[in-house]
Amino acid sequence: MSDDLYQQAILEAARRGAENRRLDRPDGSSTVDNPLCGDRVTMDVCVRDGRIAAVGFRTRGCALCQASTALLADAAVSREPGTLARAEDEVVAMLGHDGPPPAPPFDTYAMFMPARRHPSRHTCVRLPFDALRQVLADATDGGSS
Amino acid sequence: MAALRRQFPILEQCDLHYLDNGATTQVPRAVLDVIVAHETSHRANVHRGVHRLAEAATEAFEDARATMARFLGAADKGEIVFTGGTTGAINLVAHAFGNRLAPGDEVVVSLLEHHSNLVPWQMLRDRRGVVLRVLPITGEGRLDLDNLGRVVGARTRLIAVTHVSNVTGAVTDVARVVEAARAVDAAVLLDGAQAAAHGPWDIPALGVDFYALSCHKMFGPHGVGVLWARRERLAAMDPFMGGGEMIRTVTLERTTFADPPQRFEAGTPPIAQAVGMAAAARWIEALPREACHAHLARLTGRLIEGLAERARTRLIGPAGLQARMPVVAFATAGIHPHDVCQVLDSHGVALRGGHHCAQPLMDHFDVAGTTRASLAVYNDDGDVDAFLTGLDDALGRFR
Repeated sequence: MSDDLYQQAILEAARRGAENRRLDRPDGSSTVDNPLCGDRVTMDVCVRDGRIAAVGFRTRGCALCQASTALLADAAVSREPGTLARAEDEVVAMLGHDGPPPAPPFDTYAMFMPARRHPSRHTCVRLPFDALRQVLADATDGGSS
Repeated sequence: MAALRRQFPILEQCDLHYLDNGATTQVPRAVLDVIVAHETSHRANVHRGVHRLAEAATEAFEDARATMARFLGAADKGEIVFTGGTTGAINLVAHAFGNRLAPGDEVVVSLLEHHSNLVPWQMLRDRRGVVLRVLPITGEGRLDLDNLGRVVGARTRLIAVTHVSNVTGAVTDVARVVEAARAVDAAVLLDGAQAAAHGPWDIPALGVDFYALSCHKMFGPHGVGVLWARRERLAAMDPFMGGGEMIRTVTLERTTFADPPQRFEAGTPPIAQAVGMAAAARWIEALPREACHAHLARLTGRLIEGLAERARTRLIGPAGLQARMPVVAFATAGIHPHDVCQVLDSHGVALRGGHHCAQPLMDHFDVAGTTRASLAVYNDDGDVDAFLTGLDDALGRFR
């Protein structure tokens, strides 16, 4: 039911995800679109010593997409890129295969468990992962911090 | 209209307020029965077999062609080409007609088009060096026909525009389009996907050359549609696809092709679907047309008024009821269309949210997408009430 889907935690995260938090001088940026609905997420990153030092974003999407973007930006800082890949796998498993919530610090994604019943919305949650994965593949490490 | 609604099993089975008719209409029992009867009594391939099932299937298939000709006002059933739908029909024209164009020839489309009537022409442009000209729209989402003279010129070979917009619901003033085309000896293609359910139409009388429609938006099955084209247009075109059914003779060296319409129907066609489409056309023909139009206009008016009464909603389309179909799209400030649709789904209301395969139009209106309520004859005041109640819920949640 939407009553579950649009719980307060998601709405609050969505409000943060709706803000324009682009970085001034990112090491890389990437924009991805959801061809099904036209949603768009732009992610910026700064990378230092092989770890994500800062994440910026701008979204044009639904509440789930915005909330996921905000959560991902929070959780990704100071992580290695490989950690993000594991977290994305865990989110996919949670949504599509009734898996448990992701391990910390991505356990905040548990708020999306009601979206399990709405497969058409899973891509909304995953879109920021697509953007971040893409930018990390292209970004140049900014060096020692 | 209550009796009419009861003809649709899916509407009886569940507490559903189905307002996504612009994407797919539901199917009445009469059409379902015809499809089942065909598949259980006459299922066979067409045009080749000599056994009794093949004969019966061929007769049913060709009867369906005749029915669709009548539905579209065509005297010649040979002008009916069965396709997979509107998209298939337009792609057929974009290849078979488009391949006759020379570099520098121009095709006119509009900002209002569904991707199905834009992307095939972009692909033709890239394939053949054809120039694509784009007709703008008015503020309320109609074709800006006052600008026809600026985009239609001596090199125009085709004007391909929508009959009814799948976003704004605006009905095209076809006579003005045809007049502009005839002045430069260009052809006209109409995308009739959103108009088909509101037929029957007299398409030849409109003066156009090509008309494309999908059955699933006119109370019939998915996977079948029609390209109507004037016989001389079909006769002048080479095949789009090759295979069985569309040949006259084949040797290892060369092939000669069948006459239209078979020339454009390579492979086994969607037979039961075509039979079902004819049943849907007959079902539409039997409707009390004026009463249906009045019913839909009244419900459309309620939708538009309901939106006007609510802050944070913006109608994308004409505010009046003249020359518009029951397709009502709107933007909601601070709420994404998918979230509106999700909340409305919890009220049993089925809507469509997103770009509606019209991304250039969304860019024009500076929105990521819109929410769309689209009506069919079986909708009633209860559906509109549920929509407005659900919309209030959505607006309240996302303050």
